[in-house]
Amino acid sequence: MAIFEYAPAPESRDVVTLRSSYGLFINGEFVEGSGKPFKTVNPATEETLAEVAAATSDDVDRAVQAARKAFGVWSALPGSERAKYLFRIARIIQERARELAVLESLDNGKPIRESRDVDLPLVAAHFFYYAGWADKLQYAGFGRTGQGAPKPLGVAGQVIPWNFPLLMLAWKIAPALACGNTVVLKPAETTPLTALLFADICRQAELPPGVVNIVTGAGDTGAAVVAHPDVDKVAFTGSTEVGRIIARAVAGTGKKLTLELGGKAANIVFDDAAIDQAVEGVVNGIFFNQGHVCCAGSRLLVQESIHDELLDALKRRLATLRVGDPLDKNTDVGAINSAEQLAKIRRLSEIGESEGAERWSPACELPAKGFWFPPTLFTGVAQSHTVAREEIFGPVLSVLTFRTPAEAVEKANNTPYGLSAGVWTEKGSRILWMAERLRAGVVWANTFNKFDPASPFGGYKESGFGREGGLHGLEAYLDV
Amino acid sequence: MSRLSVRKTYKLYIGGAFPRSESGRSYPVTSAKGEFLANASLASRKDARDAVVAARKAFAGWSGATPYNRGQILYRVAEMLEGRRAQFADELGGGKRAALERVDAAIDRLVWYAGWSDKVAAVLGAANPVAGPYLNLSTPEPGGVIAIVAPADPLLGLVSVVAPAIVTGNTCVVVASESAPLPAITFSEVLATSDLPGGVVNVLTGRQAELAPWLAAHMDVNGLDLTGVADADLTLTCEQAAAENLKRVTRPVDEDWTADPGVGRMARFLETKTVWHPIGV
Repeated sequence: MAIFEYAPAPESRDVVTLRSSYGLFINGEFVEGSGKPFKTVNPATEETLAEVAAATSDDVDRAVQAARKAFGVWSALPGSERAKYLFRIARIIQERARELAVLESLDNGKPIRESRDVDLPLVAAHFFYYAGWADKLQYAGFGRTGQGAPKPLGVAGQVIPWNFPLLMLAWKIAPALACGNTVVLKPAETTPLTALLFADICRQAELPPGVVNIVTGAGDTGAAVVAHPDVDKVAFTGSTEVGRIIARAVAGTGKKLTLELGGKAANIVFDDAAIDQAVEGVVNGIFFNQGHVCCAGSRLLVQESIHDELLDALKRRLATLRVGDPLDKNTDVGAINSAEQLAKIRRLSEIGESEGAERWSPACELPAKGFWFPPTLFTGVAQSHTVAREEIFGPVLSVLTFRTPAEAVEKANNTPYGLSAGVWTEKGSRILWMAERLRAGVVWANTFNKFDPASPFGGYKESGFGREGGLHGLEAYLDV
Repeated sequence: MSRLSVRKTYKLYIGGAFPRSESGRSYPVTSAKGEFLANASLASRKDARDAVVAARKAFAGWSGATPYNRGQILYRVAEMLEGRRAQFADELGGGKRAALERVDAAIDRLVWYAGWSDKVAAVLGAANPVAGPYLNLSTPEPGGVIAIVAPADPLLGLVSVVAPAIVTGNTCVVVASESAPLPAITFSEVLATSDLPGGVVNVLTGRQAELAPWLAAHMDVNGLDLTGVADADLTLTCEQAAAENLKRVTRPVDEDWTADPGVGRMARFLETKTVWHPIGV
């Protein structure tokens, strides 16, 4: 099927005013970093967007000290006052949503349609949701008797990834602040800009200085945050590999730890599924956000009897995906976030081919500059194949088959990960039977990649521990 | 002429059976006053691995049993313990009255946890009001195989760490109190006669410092409870080893076993699963 011709429909960049360089946000002020500043680029064009300060361990120490000092004030505020600060922040995020969305797409490479319609609404909603908890913690039901309301932990050190920069910031900062903690947050090296704009939002909200501190930098900055002796709580979202290192670093320190790590989710389609809806769900499951999603449905498990029918429909649909300029409002798939990530996706895809899986991509013209990878399918994939086992974190779907529900469960669970899973069938009892047996923290039935601040998110097994979102998300930031 | 008593051989409890350590080793156990009581099995790495295999094998059946059934079985454990109050009081030693109080507290704790089996999901689960046409439910599920280093308190401490782990559907491997392991093995006899499926609880006696690191590093163990570890270096070693497959770790605590336990010990080894489904016609 030929792709429709669309006229370009770019979102204006004018809403964003980029500074040439950015400092660290410590104690309510932007300050110079002591490390060698680094550049953040637009992955769609490789154009440098700004130069960003790198925090050394001394800078991190200053940030932790500021957070410690602010903790006294912040934790002593009545919950109802903390709530109002968070409501303010949520409102300002809504007011500046377009600016944040454009900046997110510029720095991350994700389509403006997603940053505008998914990321930003969820970010604001997350602050609204946890704002409401700040003065209701004693009702959160942590089963404590006679000890009063649960208490905050102190200073939270938070390290977040580049795939949903501002959304992950919201998932970390909103519950931490609601519970009365103060934070030192390190955004990812390749996507620091929306976090720094968020710092400005904290100032507009007149949040007391030191409650939120943002330290930019690479892995060693993150390591300094995790290792700082005056940090009481560590929260990390990122790869399982780094999660292990952090768990080891935190061992013996008594710091509370939550980890949201990798995944290799199975999206399971039964022969009685509504095929058109399942195809949309499979596409959304793996090509949303260029597949840079820890809970992406990167393994399609399709019942053998409908394999050909489903694959034909899926390929037809992939041919209509529009890959290109993230700021174009018609774009479905944007740029890969970094040269490094692109190299990883290419390497794993090459391994997929060399191990014998069949590779397919729709005809698709990629821009000459920037980091791009076409939507890709692997068919004939065995469970032992690298593309069925390793998290690719890109727009690459591995297709496997099954015959019985029991086999689907067996294959779906045959991974060290356990973050999410999808089930597509019109039979209610089968959905519940499958959901009961899938070892994953989130099960989407006849839908996929749905997120909500009221809904707990987090994994089983090596996908990490702890939950973010909902009532369950409070536990990570309280002494329970 | 006084009758010579028939002594009991204290062995391990693995997969519902009472084997000796495959290593053929044992260690002498003495009373608080230093009198010889028995030779307990000195469990090895191989015994620990066998115990994990047994616990994994038992997991599907036990986690798949109805909460009502699990509650009935835990209550049955309390019944069996009640019938052996005097035996346990003897084995605990010290003042008779104080020992009986500890046994009674252990029985009552089992009854308390038995009742939680079909309530914990209602307390720790949630119906989440998401902003869209979706049914969204979070339910707690057992995490899998839990390795537990039991506290020094030989019976009440043991029951207080094992009951919350298994009532929710986990299976476990327990390293008994090193200095007072005998009540743990006698307690295994109680478990073996309570309709608790073999492998749900496996009990090892021996050296904490030898067994705990193997269990902490075992890739088929999902959770690690270090409550009974007193040595800070051993804690560190175990926590670091546990990072390899990201085990859920409970750090050592000095706990008052007579206090209200709360739901914390159950919650620690539960996973929250959230299921979404669209609402529509």
